[in-house]
Amino acid sequence: MKLAIFDYGAGNIFSLKIALEKQGSTVDVITNFDNANSYSGLILPGVGNFDPAIRSIRDYSSMSFQDYVKDKTPVLGICLGMEMFFEKSEEGKEKGLAALEGEVVLLPNKFKIPHMGWNNLRIKKSSPLLEGVQDSSWVYFVHSYRVKTKNFDVIVADSDYGIEVPAVINKGNLYGTQFHPEKSGKVGSLMIKNFLRECKK
Amino acid sequence: MTLTKRIIPCLDVANGRVVKGLNFESIKDAGDPVLLAEKYGNEGADELVFLDITASQEQRETIRSLVSKVAQVIDIPFTVGGGVKTLQHARDILLSGADKVAINTGAVKNPQILTELMELFGKQCVVLTIDAKRNYNISKGKNIFSDGSKSFWFEVFIYGGKKETGLDAIDWAKKAQELGAGEILLTSIDKDGTKDGYDLILTKAIVESVNIPVIASGGCGEPKHMLDVFKNTNVDAALAASIFHYETHSVDRVKEFLKENSIDVRL
Repeated sequence: MKLAIFDYGAGNIFSLKIALEKQGSTVDVITNFDNANSYSGLILPGVGNFDPAIRSIRDYSSMSFQDYVKDKTPVLGICLGMEMFFEKSEEGKEKGLAALEGEVVLLPNKFKIPHMGWNNLRIKKSSPLLEGVQDSSWVYFVHSYRVKTKNFDVIVADSDYGIEVPAVINKGNLYGTQFHPEKSGKVGSLMIKNFLRECKK
Repeated sequence: MTLTKRIIPCLDVANGRVVKGLNFESIKDAGDPVLLAEKYGNEGADELVFLDITASQEQRETIRSLVSKVAQVIDIPFTVGGGVKTLQHARDILLSGADKVAINTGAVKNPQILTELMELFGKQCVVLTIDAKRNYNISKGKNIFSDGSKSFWFEVFIYGGKKETGLDAIDWAKKAQELGAGEILLTSIDKDGTKDGYDLILTKAIVESVNIPVIASGGCGEPKHMLDVFKNTNVDAALAASIFHYETHSVDRVKEFLKENSIDVRL
């Protein structure tokens, strides 16, 4: 099975690649959506800035993200990758990928920003991504923005940082985590394994 | 529940080997940073910090290959620092597999590097290291503190604690946050190596001056010192090196002790 990680050109995608390879997947790092989608799954990684990342997807590809994943290829957006699924973000001026309704807003500044460290998940509903994951599991967050959506159906789990932080989202073939599964120990590996199982289907 | 306090083992690396008194019976090659990283990860460390204490130009390749080897065996966040002076050097470290890069002298000499790093990689990758020392020579414009008998201010030191800068640590922390630092690794030079506890005055002062996470470092000789720094300040993480070198103070036991004393930790 072959997966693609989209590289926006900045940051560490090495540990994500290693995490996928440990689960027996082959990984290509791609920088555009030019070729027909030949991958079992796509990952939008979580390091970088909103505008440059959106531009790297939009400006260097002949195909749009929406067309690329139309065939129901599972997509996992991690942190920034998940934020890009939505319509816009306070981090930048560019339009988001708008695959999901809602926007991304800065965390209130009465809290330390970034929200950095291990916090636990409050699982609200079932999702293939969380199969076997216990409620209250610890995962590693490092982010300054959070998703704000009226469509609560897509929120599978959240986390308490004095304010509710949507932590896992899922709609159809789109999966997103505000935290970093590749940095979240055994629980994170389980989620990556779950995602790969969806890619195999 | 909410965000937990982080416990961070630190490995000082010289010439690709871990230095400082090591006493692991379970690991044959105690000086191998990769084995130690894996061990700490398995024991429940919340994060790892690697400081290259040689930090010479020639060692750069060694460190890069070491960083990628460590990144392969752990699944927790990983910060690398020591001698980072240029954007290119920081980039090399991040692209080798580190999640964050820690920078001290490089940022004091060229504060703009914090902004450049933040714009390229996001502020979550940018850790400002502050090595601070009490200066009893009170001068105008400094933030003055007192331990009850003497007054002092906290001065920033660079080049591994060897050179003073005249910079006030509180002012520098605030400025670094504005420029793009996402976290502060705060080491007390006075306390480092003493094993008699963190500098609570310094830690509290920095934590209350910024809105980004702070890691306390320097002086931890027993688990109680971690408890003290978490009880007395709103610091986010405690870093220690030598305390974890003995099986009696393994990471998981330290965290159990903290939990028994009502500190939120990941267990």
